[in-house]
Amino acid sequence: MEGQPVQPAPEETPRNTNPANVGLELFGYVGIEAVLDQMRIKTMKTGFEFNLMVVGQSGLGKSTMVNTLFKSKVSRKPTGPGYEEHIPKTVQLQSVTHIIEEKGVKMKLTVTDTPGFGDQINNENCWDPIIKYINEQYEKYLREEILISRKRKIPDTRVHSCVYFVPPTGHWLRPLDLEFMRRLSKIVNVVPVIAKADTLTLEERAEFKQRIQKDLKAHGISVYPQEDFDDNPDDRILNDKIRDKIPFAVVGADKEHQVNGKRVLGRKTKWGIIEVENPAHCEFPLLRDLLIRSHLQDLKDITHNVHYESYRVQRLNESNRLALSPVNGLLGKDEVESDL
Amino acid sequence: MAVAVERPANDELRNLSLSGHVGFDSLPDQLVNKSTSQGFCFNILCVGETGIGKSTLMDTLFNTKFESDPATHNEPGVRLKARSYELQESNVRLKLTIVDTVGFGDQINKDDSYKPIVEYIDTQFEAYLQEELKIKRSLFNYHDTRIHACLYFIAPTGHSLKSLDLVTMKKLDSKVNIIPIIAKADTIAKNELHKFKSKIMSELVSNGVQIYQFPTDEETVAEINATMSVHLPFAVVGSTEEVKIGNKMSKARQYPWGVVQVENENHCDFVKLREMLIRVNMEDLREQTHTRHYELYRRCKLEEMGFKDTDPDSKPFSLQETYEAKRNEFLGELQKKEEEMRQMFVMRVKEKEAELKEAEKDLHEKFDHLKRTHQEEKKKVDDKKKELEEELSNFQKKKAAAQLLQSQAQQAGSQQTKKDKDKKNFFFM
Repeated sequence: MEGQPVQPAPEETPRNTNPANVGLELFGYVGIEAVLDQMRIKTMKTGFEFNLMVVGQSGLGKSTMVNTLFKSKVSRKPTGPGYEEHIPKTVQLQSVTHIIEEKGVKMKLTVTDTPGFGDQINNENCWDPIIKYINEQYEKYLREEILISRKRKIPDTRVHSCVYFVPPTGHWLRPLDLEFMRRLSKIVNVVPVIAKADTLTLEERAEFKQRIQKDLKAHGISVYPQEDFDDNPDDRILNDKIRDKIPFAVVGADKEHQVNGKRVLGRKTKWGIIEVENPAHCEFPLLRDLLIRSHLQDLKDITHNVHYESYRVQRLNESNRLALSPVNGLLGKDEVESDL
Repeated sequence: MAVAVERPANDELRNLSLSGHVGFDSLPDQLVNKSTSQGFCFNILCVGETGIGKSTLMDTLFNTKFESDPATHNEPGVRLKARSYELQESNVRLKLTIVDTVGFGDQINKDDSYKPIVEYIDTQFEAYLQEELKIKRSLFNYHDTRIHACLYFIAPTGHSLKSLDLVTMKKLDSKVNIIPIIAKADTIAKNELHKFKSKIMSELVSNGVQIYQFPTDEETVAEINATMSVHLPFAVVGSTEEVKIGNKMSKARQYPWGVVQVENENHCDFVKLREMLIRVNMEDLREQTHTRHYELYRRCKLEEMGFKDTDPDSKPFSLQETYEAKRNEFLGELQKKEEEMRQMFVMRVKEKEAELKEAEKDLHEKFDHLKRTHQEEKKKVDDKKKELEEELSNFQKKKAAAQLLQSQAQQAGSQQTKKDKDKKNFFFM
C-alpha cells in the first residue's frame, strides 16, 4: 500500500538483563516505599491460608502439639480418661479448618491429621494415602489455574508443611521413618520433630539429634529448610542455624500451671513441671517460631514455587506423552501403519 | 478416586479464639520482607503528543533525571520507546519502566495512531501468558513488563477532548488502567480549568470510556481516594528546575508574571497525582492489571484459540487435549496445503512441458523450412554455376576457335610478310 508510512516495530525492553537498566539516584523523597504499606494493607484484607499436616503414630501427641502451637482447641480430640481411641485399620486423613485472628491478621488454618499411620502390624505403603492426598491438592489447584475464566483468588488447599513426629527411641530413625521422609520430602516441606521429648535427657537428646541428622544426610533426605532454596547469604546463615537444631525436641501441653507466680503451659509430673515455652526445657518455641513467626511465608512460597511447579511439570509432561506419539506429533500415524 | 478425607460434621469454618499470643501477626511483615528482597516492578505508559511534557513530568514525579533527548516532530508513525531504570529508596528497590509514545499526534493521518500502543500492551500480556503456559516456568522471578498505569496527557486547549484522544482512550480502557491528566496546566486559568475538567469527565462518561477508579473499598484509603477522584483529571505542571521561594528551593516554573510552584496544591494537582499514583495506589494498580486486564486478555486469547472450559469430569486436561486437537487439525491443514501445492506444481510442470514441446516443434519446422530454402538457394546457385560454366566453356571454345583462326591468319600473314620481306630484301639487294 503506497502512501502508508511504514511503522517500525515497537522497542521492547529485553526481559532478563537490560544493559540500559540504569540505577538512578533520587534527588528527593518520592514515596516509593509507601508501596510496602500498601501491600501490608492488601494482605491483611485478603487474609492468609495455611495448611498443616501432622503425621506420626498414634499416641505421640500430635493433636496436643497442634493445640499448643495455635493456643486453641484446633483438634477436638478428647483427652480425658475413659476414652478409648479407635485405631483405624487403614490410614485415614482428617481435616479441620478454622479461622483465627490475631491483631487484625486473619488466617484460615487447616490441620490434616493422619490417624492409623504406622499403627498396623504391616505398615507397608501406609504413606500412599498421604502422598495421594497431597497430590490431589496440587491437582485441584492446577485445574483451577488452567481454567479460561479463573477465580480472582484460587483457593489454596495445598499442604504447606508436613510435621513428622519421630518417636523418642533415642537410637536411630526407624525404617518406616526413613521411608516416609524420603518419599514425602520430595513433594512437600517435611519438618521432623522428636515427639514427647521429655523422656530424653539433654545429652540423650543431643545424641539422638546427631544420629538423626547423619541418617538423613546418608539417605539424601532434605527436610525443611532445604539447603538448595536459600536465596541469599543472610538466609543461609539463618537457616544453617536452624538446620543445626533439626529435628526439634518438642513437648506439647495444653494445660496451664502456676510456676513462680506465672501461669505457664506445661506438663505437671511428680518430679517437676515441664514448661513448654521454656527454651531450657524443650524446643517447642523454636518449632513455633519456625512454623509461624518467621518462616510461614517461606513455607508457602516453597510449596508454590518449587513443589507445585515440579508437580505441574510432571503432570503436563505426562499428558503430553499420552496424547502424542514421538514422531513429529501426528497422532497415531505410525500405529495406523503398523496395524496394516 | 479421591482419598476419603474425614471432615467434622458441621463443615462451616469456625472462628477460634486464641488463648495467647501465637505470633502469626507477623505474617504481613514476612510477606513484605520477601517482596522487598525481590524488588518491585512498575511500568508506566505515557501517551500524549510530542512536546506535551511527558518526560519532564516523569522526571518531576520520580525526582530524578531520566536520560532522554526530546523527540522530533517528523516521525512517520507512532513508535513506542521503553526504558528501564532501577530506583532505590531506603530498602525498597523499584524496577521502573517508562514507555513513551514517540510521534503520537504528529502525523497528518492519525487513523492508525492507537494501533502501535495497543499492540505493545498486547505483546507484554502475550509474553506473560507464554511464560505462564510454559511447562518449566519461573514466574516468581519473571520481570513483569505489563503496563500497570497509563498516563494520558490531554492538551490544555480549554475546550474539550480531541477526537484522537477519545478514540485512543476508548481503545485502551479495557487493556490498561488509564489515568487522564491535563498537561501544561499553567496555561489555563483557574475558572477555565474547572469548566475544562467537567467537560472532559462528562465526555468520557458519555463515550463510555472507563478510566481507572481509585479503590474505595478499603477503609484506610477510601477517604483519600474519594476526595482525590473529584479532582480528576489532574491538571499537572512539571518542572525540574528549582526556584528560590521564600527561603527554600522548590521546583517551579518562573515567568515574568509570577512563579508556578509544582508542589503547591493551589497552583496545580501535581501533588495529588503523585499521591494517587505512587504513595497510595501503586499496589492496587499492579493488582488490577494482573487480575482484571491480564485475565481478560488471557480469556479472550484462549477462547480465540479454541479452548473451552469443558466440564471437568469429561477430560482430564481440557486445555491440553484441545491444544492437541487443534494442533492435529493444523497439521492436517498443512498437509492438505502441501498436497494442493504439489498438485499445482505438477500441473504447472506439465503445462511448461507442453509449451516447451510446442516450441520445439516450431523450431523444427523453422529448421526444416530454412533447410528447404537453403537447398533451393543452393540449387539456384548450382544452376547458375552450370550456366556460367557452360558460358565459360562456350567462351573457351570460341576463344580456342578464335585463336586458331588467328594463328592461321598469322601464319598466312607471316608467309605473306615473309614474301613481302623477301620481296623487300630482293629489292634492297
